[in-house]
Amino acid sequence: MGEAIPRQLRDYRRDLKSVFLRLAVWFAACATMLALLFIIGYILIQGIPYLRPELFSLSYTTENVSLLPALINTLFMTVLSLLFAVPAGIGAAIYLTEYAKRGNKLVGLVAMTAETLSGVPSIVYGLFGSLFFVKFLGLGLSLLSGALTLSIMILPLILRTTEEALRSVPDSYREGSFGLGAGKLRTVFRVVLPSAIPGILSGVILGIGRIVGESAALIFTAGTVAETATSLFSSGRTLSVHMYALSSNGIYLEQTHATAVVLLVLVIILNGLSSLAAKKLGGEKTG
Amino acid sequence: MKHIKENLMGLLFFMTACVSIAAVILICIFLLASGVPAIGKIGLFDFLLGTRWKPSNELYGILPMIIGSLYVTVGALLIGVPTGILTATFMAWFCPKRLYGPIKAAVNLMAGIPSVVYGFFGLVVLVPFIRDTFGGRGQSVLAASVLLGLMILPTIVSVSEASIRAVPQSYYEGALALGASHERSVFHAVLPAAKPGIFAGVVLGLGRAVGETMAVKMVAGNQPVIPDSILEGVRTLTTNIVLEMGYSADLHREALIGTAVVLFVLILIINISLSLFKRREH
Repeated sequence: MGEAIPRQLRDYRRDLKSVFLRLAVWFAACATMLALLFIIGYILIQGIPYLRPELFSLSYTTENVSLLPALINTLFMTVLSLLFAVPAGIGAAIYLTEYAKRGNKLVGLVAMTAETLSGVPSIVYGLFGSLFFVKFLGLGLSLLSGALTLSIMILPLILRTTEEALRSVPDSYREGSFGLGAGKLRTVFRVVLPSAIPGILSGVILGIGRIVGESAALIFTAGTVAETATSLFSSGRTLSVHMYALSSNGIYLEQTHATAVVLLVLVIILNGLSSLAAKKLGGEKTG
Repeated sequence: MKHIKENLMGLLFFMTACVSIAAVILICIFLLASGVPAIGKIGLFDFLLGTRWKPSNELYGILPMIIGSLYVTVGALLIGVPTGILTATFMAWFCPKRLYGPIKAAVNLMAGIPSVVYGFFGLVVLVPFIRDTFGGRGQSVLAASVLLGLMILPTIVSVSEASIRAVPQSYYEGALALGASHERSVFHAVLPAAKPGIFAGVVLGLGRAVGETMAVKMVAGNQPVIPDSILEGVRTLTTNIVLEMGYSADLHREALIGTAVVLFVLILIINISLSLFKRREH
């Protein structure tokens, strides 16, 4: 920014305060970066030596606290939560952008409630899940209870990113489709949604990241059983909960380090994928 | 036939739009239905202003936790807000083009690191560091504040950066034309104009700090006592729930749900004031 302005003009009257301000922003940015690099570096360096093949054995025992069952549970949990949250989020976004008329009161209400949901702390979700899904609906401590709780938690994220992606689809696409005689439904599914896919995808991947990282909302809904869940109604802990359980136990320090590496690598991959999808969206818009 | 299908799908989209409304209503009903009677039984003032939390003696005062949450949140803001705003300013106005991509990616990654990983890092690095440098047990207000400060950084940075970038270029150019340096133009013309957005970012960060559970639990020590110094242990509203929910029963359990009600109301107040503020700005 400000590239077009002659350098002398920018440097004009450089004084002590300016120098100080410049130092301050550089210092803050460096501190932020160093903190992140330190965390990642520490986790990787301390953890990688403990990544032994036994940690990926199929069964969990107290002698060998294998993380594979938890990893498989995480996969189940992710798929199941997305199964609820993605259709609901996309459907709601379609309603808000394509169906709701201007000045529709519901639009404001949905936006407000979605914003409220995105601010609710995960422990409150966990408590709600244990009161509603586990007790009231009688689903017990299970994958299903956990996934339902998490799907409410990531719903606002999916809703918002999809809504943004749909709104950025030019109206001419819709008009063209209508002009060719397509109905509303066909226009939405054949024209609007396909061009919004990168944006939706980036939101979904962010949602996966939140599912993978979540622990507080799962302890009282999906439970902490360390084995692979065998059905929707059996309890099973995800990788984050597994890591939390190991670290609060205290005697599995090495394994906790190794689990942290796996968790961190998962999150880094998901983050990369998400920005890749977002970049694709940006590229298509300009191109 | 086609007409029916169109209407049916329209109805389906409408129903999915109502899911988030239903979720908020359900959360309110279920929390309030189990939490409010307990608060009534304990007595609103004894609950909110009681300084002793001893479930074995039927003492349920959550003031230490309210103050605990306040302390660590203020601490987190003291660390996260200046660093976050300055980093956002750097990214929008000072960052060499080649550095921008990696920094942006790093901030996004920071937002994605799970709270257990932050908590574990705090436990094995921050806590021993504080114990060795300042004394005490290490698990303290200070450890929780520093860790939370780090965790809310990405929120503050992204929201602030977006609002700084949304300020028209002419503000900056006007200040330059009046003879101000690059730095002064950014800090005295651009930043004040971005204040509402930056404020929104800070409030979002505040919400995250108040609501964070696992990371705080791992580094805060968790004694239900009002701490006298920043090197003493502390228990927050969130950690109170996660610590005792597993084995609690009856009134104890309901008192914990009451704690969640207080937390929920706190977050609602934060959210509502934020959206009122946003509306006024528009």
